[in-house]
Amino acid sequence: MANKLISEIPLPKSIANVFSARNISTAKDALSLTEFELMELLDVGLTEVRSALSQISEIVAPPYQTALSLMEQRFQNEHLGGHFPTGLKGLDAALCGGIPFGVLTELVGPAGIGKTQFCLKLSLLASLPTNYGGLDGRVIYIDVESKFSSRRLLEIGLRSFPEIFQMKEMAQEMAGRILVLRPTSLAEFTQSLEQIKVLLLQNQVKMLVIDSMAALVSGEHEQGARRQQTLSWHISFIKSLAEFSRIPVVVTNQVRSRNHDDASRYSFQVQSRDGAIETPMQYDSHLVAALGIQWAHAVTTRLVLEAKSGERFIKVAKSPISPPLAFPFHITSSGISLLSDDGKEVMGPEINAIHCQGHNEIINFGMEGLH
Amino acid sequence: MEIWRLPISASQRGKLISSGYTSLSSLSSISSSDLARELKVSESEAMNILKVASHSRGSETSNASCSIVEGAQSAWDMLHDEESLMHITTSSADLDNILGGGIHCKEVTEIGWSSLSLIVNSVLKYKLTTAFSSESIIFMLIGGVPGIGKTQLGIQIAVNVQIPNDFGGLGGKAIYIDTEGSFMVERAFQIAEACIEDMSEYNRFLRKDFQECKIKMLPQDILENIFYFRICSYTEQIALINYLDKFLSEHKDVKVIVVDSVTFHFRQDFDDMALRTRVLSGMALKLMNLAKRFSLAVVLLNQVTTKHTEASFQLALALGDSWSHTCTNRIVLYWNGNERYAYIDKSPSLRSASAAYSVTARGIRNSSSSCKRIKMM
Repeated sequence: MANKLISEIPLPKSIANVFSARNISTAKDALSLTEFELMELLDVGLTEVRSALSQISEIVAPPYQTALSLMEQRFQNEHLGGHFPTGLKGLDAALCGGIPFGVLTELVGPAGIGKTQFCLKLSLLASLPTNYGGLDGRVIYIDVESKFSSRRLLEIGLRSFPEIFQMKEMAQEMAGRILVLRPTSLAEFTQSLEQIKVLLLQNQVKMLVIDSMAALVSGEHEQGARRQQTLSWHISFIKSLAEFSRIPVVVTNQVRSRNHDDASRYSFQVQSRDGAIETPMQYDSHLVAALGIQWAHAVTTRLVLEAKSGERFIKVAKSPISPPLAFPFHITSSGISLLSDDGKEVMGPEINAIHCQGHNEIINFGMEGLH
Repeated sequence: MEIWRLPISASQRGKLISSGYTSLSSLSSISSSDLARELKVSESEAMNILKVASHSRGSETSNASCSIVEGAQSAWDMLHDEESLMHITTSSADLDNILGGGIHCKEVTEIGWSSLSLIVNSVLKYKLTTAFSSESIIFMLIGGVPGIGKTQLGIQIAVNVQIPNDFGGLGGKAIYIDTEGSFMVERAFQIAEACIEDMSEYNRFLRKDFQECKIKMLPQDILENIFYFRICSYTEQIALINYLDKFLSEHKDVKVIVVDSVTFHFRQDFDDMALRTRVLSGMALKLMNLAKRFSLAVVLLNQVTTKHTEASFQLALALGDSWSHTCTNRIVLYWNGNERYAYIDKSPSLRSASAAYSVTARGIRNSSSSCKRIKMM
């Protein structure tokens, strides 16, 4: 609605003419100026400007919904009330049924922890018919790091849903629903996002996976402001894709080591701590998510995958629904699974920390288990 | 007062000045037809100019007897008004406390306060109908790192504003403006449910015969009274704030506007930073105006970014310094050890203090480990 043409808004004729004469053609142009700037520019009185603005605003402003109608609508139109079950029971329970539709869910963790494994499992699940708990639709998998393995995908399928994947034609159909894109540059990625938008409009795609977002952005623009800007465009675009098509969007994020310039406190905290003993804020791990704080604000659910004292954990680090829980998990030939469905509540900012201790042993162990 | 301050169009102003009318007094004794002839404009236009002129002069000189400056209010009257204003609880007693709760409560509340303080802390929070009130606390900005609970606090406020008058609440409705798409209706339902449970529990304590006054509210009713707007661009955000004026005059029972988050769209697609500042402060002014006219609270949630100061990087609220001037109250949510804390960063009437809170399945509550641990800084 932001780019609505002023000529389509039923303003008084005289005012509408003034707007078009001054080359203010869209609502966006008009509303980006202050009242007094408009008065200057259009050379009309304050009352006229005000009434014109209020008319434009009324048309551009989106209509309201009560939260109740929003909820009813979700439950009526959407499969499973707008949550996609991951098959990990404890996690699903914590997230009110699974990965929410219409918003971003992020997986962040060190290399080799199982992010891609989780993504593979999710895309497989989404392609399944609804009576198997799937979404019965296509999945778009944007594989930036070339880590997608169709063999592994089918292995997971065969182990977790033998009754489907033992039939060759069923297996073919399910795997055929997963479309893998391999953009090599940010520009290509942007282009494929635009294409995806069209597909989403035709309502054929039920889930979008981007593995990984960080590889794309950090690969191209190493530094500063430019990176922030390209990132913020992508953030809003992906968010709006998720929103209008109401599908779950899963994005992975890498980790990097903490820089000395990563702030974790406010100026007032620093002042109050002079001479005080309170400095336990140092994390024992030095890892942080690769994409910074602006990205972290944009994701609705953040799941941290980490390794700690020989065990792997999946932690619900940010969620509007779930309490901060940690679940131990492992990766077997049938994909990711939880060792326990009872999450352990994590206190404090610990939930955001990303540990990577004794990680190599687990991976080696896990690989042995696979073969 | 001079001509250039009149809210008239530039060409009219130009004509007035070039014809020698530079001050308002020069317009005081001229008829509209004379003016029309001199400025070479239509008579109705001249009439309009005179109307505007006399209006602004009127506000300058008349009414001198009843109050010295029209529109002004003495500090004493303001205090009176502030005290009679109602409060919305945050459901965390500690948080309410540092927000000036328990001081400006209404009569019902004070009774409840003393008699209940000995009973259960969890019940007490509903008597603490506090926070966000009094003229000065009405406009408030809350910021914090991702996952600290900003959206949770926003939803909690939208639910708590509906606590009926009998329970010391406002019994109002809420507008929730969602710019990020982070509002979760399931979560709102959970919080509403917990809120109703707490109210009936409180009922049992205060009135022994709890059969009589059963809570007739359902979580559905609470959700029904949250007006949800989803904003997808900054243009829509500006348009909506403009339109709220009309919306509020049709829905007079709205008592709180929550904007989550106010900065999201302004941090993308804006190239001209000076324009951004102007548009933002214009928006803030309009919101403040709404808060005053319809006597409601405005709660803005803000994102956090990193900022380079004094040779080190620190967290700071997004959108820079000029924006932080526009907000009367600023509250920063942060981690302190293992607890979530709220800190009053800026407020004209409250002391700088911090309090612990926690986010539970039932919503925002007091921090479990601290019943009475408010630290004054």
